[in-house]
Amino acid sequence: MRYMLLIYNDEAAMANAPRDKAEQTLAAYGAYTEALKKSGAYLAGERLRPTQAATSIRLANGKTNVLDGPYADTKEQLAGFYMIEATDIDTAMEWAARCPAASTGTVEVRPIWEMTDYLS
Amino acid sequence: MDGRSEMARAAAEAAARQSYGKLVAYLAARMRDVAGAEDALADAFAAALERWPLSGVPEKPEAWLLAVARRRDVDAVRRRLTGEAARGHLQLIAEEAEARMTNDELPDERLRLMFACAHPAIEASVRAPLILQTVLGLDAAAIASAFLVSPTTMGQRLVRAKNRIREAGIPFRVPERTELGERLDAVLEAIYATFAEGWSDPAGTETRRRNLASEGIWLGRLVASLIPDEPETLGLLALMLFAEARRAARRSPDGDFVPLAEQDTTLWDDTLIDEAEGLLRRAAAKGVIGRYQLEAAVQSAHTARRRGGSTDWPAIRQLYDALMAIAGSPVVAINRAVAIAEVEGAAEGLAALERIGDDRRLAEYQPYWAARAGLSARLGKTADAAEAYDRAIGLERDPALRRFLQAERGKLVRN
Repeated sequence: MRYMLLIYNDEAAMANAPRDKAEQTLAAYGAYTEALKKSGAYLAGERLRPTQAATSIRLANGKTNVLDGPYADTKEQLAGFYMIEATDIDTAMEWAARCPAASTGTVEVRPIWEMTDYLS
Repeated sequence: MDGRSEMARAAAEAAARQSYGKLVAYLAARMRDVAGAEDALADAFAAALERWPLSGVPEKPEAWLLAVARRRDVDAVRRRLTGEAARGHLQLIAEEAEARMTNDELPDERLRLMFACAHPAIEASVRAPLILQTVLGLDAAAIASAFLVSPTTMGQRLVRAKNRIREAGIPFRVPERTELGERLDAVLEAIYATFAEGWSDPAGTETRRRNLASEGIWLGRLVASLIPDEPETLGLLALMLFAEARRAARRSPDGDFVPLAEQDTTLWDDTLIDEAEGLLRRAAAKGVIGRYQLEAAVQSAHTARRRGGSTDWPAIRQLYDALMAIAGSPVVAINRAVAIAEVEGAAEGLAALERIGDDRRLAEYQPYWAARAGLSARLGKTADAAEAYDRAIGLERDPALRRFLQAERGKLVRN
């Protein structure tokens, strides 16, 4: 099965982290990504720019509303993702637990809704 | 209904349930879909419950169920499911039915199913109901009444949990040894919750809840036989058997509550107690202590009375000390305080109770107030005792227990 690991972090805390701490974090993500690739579980993964760069679009009454900012104001913000291949939720949960974000924020594990699932 | 047909019905139901659970487990593990497996078997199970009491349990119950599922209900299954999924399910059922005709045994995968139902990704409160439904085939209404929620709510929770198993990709497997601990705890907890729900209806007047105690023991036996190397599986079974052994003594013929210390030991079931003692010894031999073994050992110390001995309170106190250390809870703390009172005196017991009195959960917990009342009464603190009895009486759901508390409070006033 394919799973998304959605990374939620307090981006203000991340932005205010001292330089050496930020470098440590970066190195931890590097090692984690490497481990994912080596195991063959890695499908994709990206870091997102902070929500100050976010633009939200909504169509109402035929009009396009553009909002500068994220969809929802929350304490932790979507900061990046990995898409992985795992046999089941146990394996996906193991990868989620190893992600550096699991100790600084939250990693949400979501199964991909595969095309073949539409039939059942 | 006369006795014989009643027995035939019970035997058929037990056999059908056993086969049903095995088949759901077998199919679910392959389809990774509990709801799909249940759908495939629902009508066959209903037919078995109708037919077996009259015709007797077939020689190969699983084969019978699979054959009926295929022959009678292929169309029904097809209607319920659509497209590719249905074809997959139907093909699987057909294959299995044919395989079953030639092979002797279906592999027993109920344990794998139980681990899927008690997976950490499933909400804790729905795990026990889910196991009851999938492994034993109980319907949502029966489970709902046992767990005191509305059938609609229970039905929705069960459906949601089953969807979650499929959609989240929850595996049907017994975890590796290294991760077994926590996962096994969840399975044992669900089984114990099942038993405890039945146990809380000692008079057996609510048939559905009473049955839950035997379902819990049945599941406990299954797990103990499938994972005999884990001492806690034996400990849990021993604990349930000790408790069940005292069922007949817990109420007087008039339905009044009889406290443990005053129970007529001749009403205890010696066979069950002996079996429990044996299990506890086997568990202890493995040298890994755990919550259920300790609780079973407490029960064992309480039953020492049956062979003319007296209750071994110092041992009980030590066991509760150990329980506090590995699985402390307000309930354990209260029982420990009662044991302290027996060993060191009521004043020490009351002091131990007062030390945990800050815990807010205790404010609405009947046994805490009943224990306070009893110990205060023994120390002659009549006003405190009366107040505590009032709190306890107000919190008690069971009328027999309420009558007992009221009588105890009555003795207080006369003194």
